[in-house]
Amino acid sequence: MELLSGGDMLVRALQDEGVDLIFGYPGGSALHIYDAIFRQKGIKHVLVRHEQGATHAADGYARATGKVGVVLVTSGPGATNAITGIATAYMDSIPMVVISGQVPSDKIGEDAFQETDMVGCSRPIVKHSFLVKSAEEIPEMVKKAFYIASTGRPGPVVIDVPKDVTSPADRFPYQYPEKLRMRSYTPAGKGHSGQIRKAIALLLSAKRPVIYAGGGVVQGDGAELLTEIARRLNYPVTNTLMGLGAFPGSDKRFLGMLGMHGTFEANTAMHHADVILAVGARFDDRVTNTPSKFCPGAKFIHIDVDPASISKTIVADIPIVGTVQSVLGDMLEMLKSSEDQPDQSAIVDWWRQIDDWRERHGIYTAPRYRTDGALIMPQEVIRAVYDITEGDAFVTSDVGQHQMFAAQYYLFDKPRRWINSGGLGTMGFGLPAALGVKIAHPEKEVVCVTGEGSIQMCIQELSTATQYHLPVKILCLNNQALGMVKQWQEMQYEGRLSNSVYEESLPDFVKLAEAYGHVGVKIESREELHDKLHEAFAIRDRTVFIDVYVDPSEHVYPMQVMPNGSMRDMWLSKTERT
Amino acid sequence: MRRIISVLMENEPGALSRVVGLFSQRGYNIESLTVAPTEDETLSRLTLVTIGDDHKIEQVTKNLNKLIDVVKLVDLTEGSHIERELLLVKVRATGAQRDEVKRSVDIFRGQIVDVTSNMYTLQVAGTGEKLDAFLQALGEHTIMEVVRSGVSGIARGEKVLSV
Repeated sequence: MELLSGGDMLVRALQDEGVDLIFGYPGGSALHIYDAIFRQKGIKHVLVRHEQGATHAADGYARATGKVGVVLVTSGPGATNAITGIATAYMDSIPMVVISGQVPSDKIGEDAFQETDMVGCSRPIVKHSFLVKSAEEIPEMVKKAFYIASTGRPGPVVIDVPKDVTSPADRFPYQYPEKLRMRSYTPAGKGHSGQIRKAIALLLSAKRPVIYAGGGVVQGDGAELLTEIARRLNYPVTNTLMGLGAFPGSDKRFLGMLGMHGTFEANTAMHHADVILAVGARFDDRVTNTPSKFCPGAKFIHIDVDPASISKTIVADIPIVGTVQSVLGDMLEMLKSSEDQPDQSAIVDWWRQIDDWRERHGIYTAPRYRTDGALIMPQEVIRAVYDITEGDAFVTSDVGQHQMFAAQYYLFDKPRRWINSGGLGTMGFGLPAALGVKIAHPEKEVVCVTGEGSIQMCIQELSTATQYHLPVKILCLNNQALGMVKQWQEMQYEGRLSNSVYEESLPDFVKLAEAYGHVGVKIESREELHDKLHEAFAIRDRTVFIDVYVDPSEHVYPMQVMPNGSMRDMWLSKTERT
Repeated sequence: MRRIISVLMENEPGALSRVVGLFSQRGYNIESLTVAPTEDETLSRLTLVTIGDDHKIEQVTKNLNKLIDVVKLVDLTEGSHIERELLLVKVRATGAQRDEVKRSVDIFRGQIVDVTSNMYTLQVAGTGEKLDAFLQALGEHTIMEVVRSGVSGIARGEKVLSV
């Protein structure tokens, strides 16, 4: 058997796992591993500018491809800098393996230089973690880490590697395990056929059904099946923020997003539904509003790969534990062979009701923002970019108003196109995630929708874009304030803008982009919006920073009334309430 | 409701901290916790007492099951079971008190496990309620130090928690 050092073993194990890309940042405790990376060819390493960027880039890569994102950082600050990105991946169930260097085994616990208890720090935000005790354990730990990260409900796994374990001085026999046996981990597979049969019966008896699909449908590759089921039944579909693209945004059965900034028709339809089919969604508090007032007349069918997600906040009438793909596949087969059909006349009435809601307040039936002013409206920027990219771009976003405008106005027809931090709500996610997506899909248009607040949280990654020539578009909806914070302060704190404005301190983003070797474009007036956007998007071989000055007073609507509101209680504008 | 949950988990470093961490992270209560390796040295058995309504307990067991280190678990309070807790208590025992204490120990089927001229160290095993009653019988003024092991439990009959 081949003899390898621990460092070489780790890199070889990654190769044997099929890894060809790592995002990382070197440092003392990781140097043996970095030397092993230098001496091999199979894996490309992308040097980021901050470890948070590495985790978000690996996260974006994972979301866009379905593969496991891989991160390598050093101990201490390297490890703690990765924490925000690990938590981001954890909240959105993204498969990721994070390898962190650690001080040598005999120094652990001595408060050594750059020592931090990474397994302890990351414990509440990982699916699992390993501390390597000897080099011989490495191959099996790597195999387990990838298996755990990518199966069941996916999530991040940390492997903490003390420096002595990777020392080039000691060599050990290397063999990558072909199979794994883990008695304590059995991810859910097929759903219970009896439960699925009951679900079909309830679904077909519905008079006011809604299909509510979340990120699990995207991550679990169930979008095609879901789409076929919804079209076959002709039932309305709403997607969560994480689920956008799980059902085609341009399909007439799509109600738009639901929840806090969901559409009037999606939230209202949910409220009045009698049967709700929840697939890969977790009844998040940003979806349900007040749980006790949530969808009072509905029975719930809940499909999820994670049993702990079922009946956590909203009790499921028919729970089905299993992978989205397998359960939806079984449902589709049963529907095809079923003699029963949906209640057509009830469904026609239901659609008539929904179309009426759409006419009244839907954001897709008429613009619900000002179209005659001098200022650029953020919504029209997103619509313009949607048109220019023909709805086919990969769109990453940061967190805030721009994120909601993008979610509302860029209609995603395919899964894995909309990439945002939905659960943790991490500002700074968008740019590094876009770089990860661009590496995965170099020929595709990748747009990072951001704001002047969020972009500054990971702006150093502009330098990574230069080094690896990653020509993404950065679309900054610049409203010169922390827009969402400001919106809440205006709505709930009588307009006291506590620390949500910058007082003339914003950088010149055009010059900043140019300083990194990119193209900067500034758009300040409505007349030039479309031409300048077209010009910017015509540039395909450079990173382009498009700084669009939008109406700083605009709010995101609809917005659910909270606290104590139900799904249908919404602000539709600054003055109009349902 | 009070529940006794018995967990078989991998005897790995960090496994215990994951269980304890889960409880603090998700705001569940732990009344008591005992843990020790089993006859199979790759496994530890952890017994914890928690309080919550059915919904809460369902979430507790689901989330415990989700931990990669947890191999199997059972809610002992769902069926007939035996629970035991060990109590060690140091009491002041001089003069006439010595006989009185000894009588109480006999009534509760405990033992005197250490003696000095002024003190007894007593050992009693039983349910939490029995131990509470014993401490009450001793009377506060005689008690110098109390240590309780936390609850251990096992199902009655032929039901077995094993891999």
